[in-house]
Amino acid sequence: MQDFEPNVVVFCCRWCSYAAADLAGTSRMTANPQFVVIRTMCSGRIDPEFILDAFAKGADGVLVTGCHPGDCHYVNGNYKTRRRMLLLEEVLEQFGIDRKRLRCEWISASEGGKFVKTIDEFIGTIKKLGPIDGIK
Amino acid sequence: MGKPKFAFYWCASCGGCEEAVIDLNEKILDLTAAVDIVFWPVALDFKYADVRSMGKGEIDVSFINGAIRSSEQREMAELLSKKSKTVIAFGSCAHLGGIPGLANFWRRKDIFERVYESVPTVKNPEHILPKMESKVDGYKLNLPEFYDTVSALDQVIPVDYYLPGCPPAPELITDAIDAILKNKLPKKGSVLAPDKALCDTCPLADSKPDKLSIKEIKRPHEIKLDPEKCFLAQGVICLGPVTRSGCGECCINANMPCRGCMGPTKAAIDQGAKGISFIASILGVEDEENTSDEDVRDLIKQIVDPAGTFYRFSLPYSLLKRKR
Repeated sequence: MQDFEPNVVVFCCRWCSYAAADLAGTSRMTANPQFVVIRTMCSGRIDPEFILDAFAKGADGVLVTGCHPGDCHYVNGNYKTRRRMLLLEEVLEQFGIDRKRLRCEWISASEGGKFVKTIDEFIGTIKKLGPIDGIK
Repeated sequence: MGKPKFAFYWCASCGGCEEAVIDLNEKILDLTAAVDIVFWPVALDFKYADVRSMGKGEIDVSFINGAIRSSEQREMAELLSKKSKTVIAFGSCAHLGGIPGLANFWRRKDIFERVYESVPTVKNPEHILPKMESKVDGYKLNLPEFYDTVSALDQVIPVDYYLPGCPPAPELITDAIDAILKNKLPKKGSVLAPDKALCDTCPLADSKPDKLSIKEIKRPHEIKLDPEKCFLAQGVICLGPVTRSGCGECCINANMPCRGCMGPTKAAIDQGAKGISFIASILGVEDEENTSDEDVRDLIKQIVDPAGTFYRFSLPYSLLKRKR
């Protein structure tokens, strides 16, 4: 499993976590680069369809990030995200996909360090879990 | 020009779609007056060999219902595809995989083990399981292959139109047949039903509050449903928001929430994902800023079998298609 390079999709909201990723970059923090970022206006825009599509197309893990509870630019988008992700976790288990492959984390615009730490941790988890099985 | 030739065939289905054709009642006489039915195993005595002896494209329209779960069904679907000018996927199972498609939450070996060995009323000490080939008294017997994964019809053969529903409503069937006879079918690939969500046409739509907030989730048997009030407002999961209309609201009128048999509208790829999305967004959590994930999870855990609920009719057609 040592050579396994996972495909990780990271959804970032435009107001908090994407700014945190930017901050991490401009502060020259380093993170494991085995991920792609997709920016949305709000974490509430992240339809469960997007996540299932990512898994269906071979993502080994999906990380959803957004503003801290109470900080959503659109007041309550991230609450809906949380509820959706918690329900989606249950559904993923029924599909035989380990719930640890989906993680939701709140990262504010000033938390570049937390962004990097979350990425490294998550990619570490996915490496331990190994590649997701294709449709057999 | 002679009368157009129709064929009806069933694959993995319950027979309800055949019943839906019969349910046209006296209109079926108009149908048989207007067309020649050249193949319909459930009602008329034709053999597979009759279809095999037909020329390419000799059948004008084949209505195929049921999902594809065995090699025999696949073979027949392919044969009818070759012999027909137009193929219509008839009913939820052909359209999206339907109820038989829920088998995709298991593997073939688990299904065989359960059905032929571990069911309490089954005794099978010799562990006999279905095989594709067996020998009895020197004769070789063959059975079709039972596939590991159930497919919707268009995952096996090209499909021109879809008639959704479990089973399709009589009005949708007569409209489709009229359109065929008058040569007024829409663009190929169309679903022959309105492209609006069921909530749009629901007779209970006016009773839906402006802001839905479900604090406790109930299953239909756990509550005496008020037939005059939006089911979601009563805390019962109804898939109306993510399901196509055109069914005639027969479940709603019978005081039962929508289970999603018509499939999604064009706006959605994955009906189940949309179901997850809308239910989660109307769950009522008080003081959410100070609520832990665990508390939210407690409410979510009230949804029994979420994947089965949201993908009840569309698992083979969903993004993930089956259990890993």
